[in-house]
Amino acid sequence: MTRYLRLFGVQLRVSVAQAMAYRANFLVSGAMALAQIALTLVPLIVLFDQREQVGDWTAPDMLVVIAYFIGVKAVLEGVVSPSIQDLVQRIRDGSFDYVLLKPVDAQAMISASRYEPWNVFDFVGAIAIAIYAFVRRGSAPGPAEIAAGLGLFVAGVLAMYSLWVTCAAAAFWIGRLDNLQWLLGAIFDTARWPVQVFRGAWRIVFTFLIPVAIMTTFPAMALLGRLDVETALATIGGALVMLALSRLVWRAAIRNYTSASS
Amino acid sequence: MIRTLKALPTLLRIGVAETVAYRAEFLVWILTMTQPLIMLGLWTYVTRDGAFRGMTSEDFTAYYLANLIVRQLTGNWVAWQLMEDIRLGTMSMRLLRPIHPFYAYAASHVAAIPFRTVVALPLAIILLASSGAHALTHDPVQIAAFVPSLVLAWLITFAVMFALGSLAFFLTQTNALSEVYFALFQIFSGYMLPLAIMPRPIAVIADWLPFKYTLAVPLAILTTQLDGHELGALLARQGAWTAAMLVLAIGVWRLGVRRFEAVGG
Repeated sequence: MTRYLRLFGVQLRVSVAQAMAYRANFLVSGAMALAQIALTLVPLIVLFDQREQVGDWTAPDMLVVIAYFIGVKAVLEGVVSPSIQDLVQRIRDGSFDYVLLKPVDAQAMISASRYEPWNVFDFVGAIAIAIYAFVRRGSAPGPAEIAAGLGLFVAGVLAMYSLWVTCAAAAFWIGRLDNLQWLLGAIFDTARWPVQVFRGAWRIVFTFLIPVAIMTTFPAMALLGRLDVETALATIGGALVMLALSRLVWRAAIRNYTSASS
Repeated sequence: MIRTLKALPTLLRIGVAETVAYRAEFLVWILTMTQPLIMLGLWTYVTRDGAFRGMTSEDFTAYYLANLIVRQLTGNWVAWQLMEDIRLGTMSMRLLRPIHPFYAYAASHVAAIPFRTVVALPLAIILLASSGAHALTHDPVQIAAFVPSLVLAWLITFAVMFALGSLAFFLTQTNALSEVYFALFQIFSGYMLPLAIMPRPIAVIADWLPFKYTLAVPLAILTTQLDGHELGALLARQGAWTAAMLVLAIGVWRLGVRRFEAVGG
């Protein structure tokens, strides 16, 4: 276990050094991250300028969902997406061989192989939005809510990670899927609104095919103290099931790997 | 010019072949354009209990579905292509050909239009079958005017993206600039939200920028009732922006291509 932590630490240090080497680019990326956050908030600003409440969602409650969306997205774009891009490239040029030869689990090795550290800006932005939302709400979350909110954040990240690993495993069969992550990113974009917004056919698509609710809506509701215990446990259970499934797919896929190098 | 026209059928054939060869990637590019649907989800939920700033649920349905259709037909990624060709040096190959690369890139994107129509057509059918159909215009003049407006929107988008891509002659890496452009586009073109529900200042600024002429104007022609005077003014301004952006695109290209050093290739 400590070996893995040390490994992640080394990989992180290398990525940070790489990112800091281009200082101007680092700062521009940071500025763009802030602009992106502002852009995400525009529809809500327009909406709540006219309405007090939409369904059973008030402005601060919806802000908490957006905060979770930006937070999960920061992990996605900061760790998962770059690592998976790295994986797809390694499968294509055959350098995945070297990963398999290392004395650690290949999935762990590849899952955190590359970081894009400026997504830290997004993460800070997400926390700031959540704090602002609770100030507007006029009540701070209790310790139980904070614990539940943080726990379900981890569950949400795991769910998102599982979905990406499952899709990345397809690269072992197809070989070339450079823009798959754009597609998954576009689907993940739906997580910016509470899942209750999507009605009828939409809802079935988004709740069952893409566990958007697990990623942002339920964790946000937990932090807001609006989630009952059963749903919270189901969320954690759902995330774990997804993780187990992705592990199975990964194992099946890796058995299918034939080196492309020689 | 005659040489270019003679080469046009071949260029179009190459474009079709390219699109077919990279069909999986083409499909994914198209499927990533889901934002209007996500916005539609929010606004139909909001308008369940009453119109929002005068826009009903039907209005939003018509707006975002038409938005998706226009974007499908006019969107392109020539800025990205140009940047890659310049950065990797493959531009030298294009420069050796006796045809201006502007036409070559344009032809390859024109050739993709039939494929894009295949995607846009089902969307149009869904739109006509949905509750949004009531919000569409019934005026035959406006329906007819939608076509030239769409062509102008395509030209403006293409010219702007071409100019943006040509900046790679100076900057090599233009991804960050493209991101800035797309952020401004989302706000001022009506892609994210109809300009009618945007705060007043944004709608006013949008009047003076090219963005809305790539999306909001064809949408307005299709989904609102305009009188003849308004319609004429919109098309005239769209035409003026098209001319300005074409001049800009060729100008940036001319200044930039002198600096080209064919790195890599």
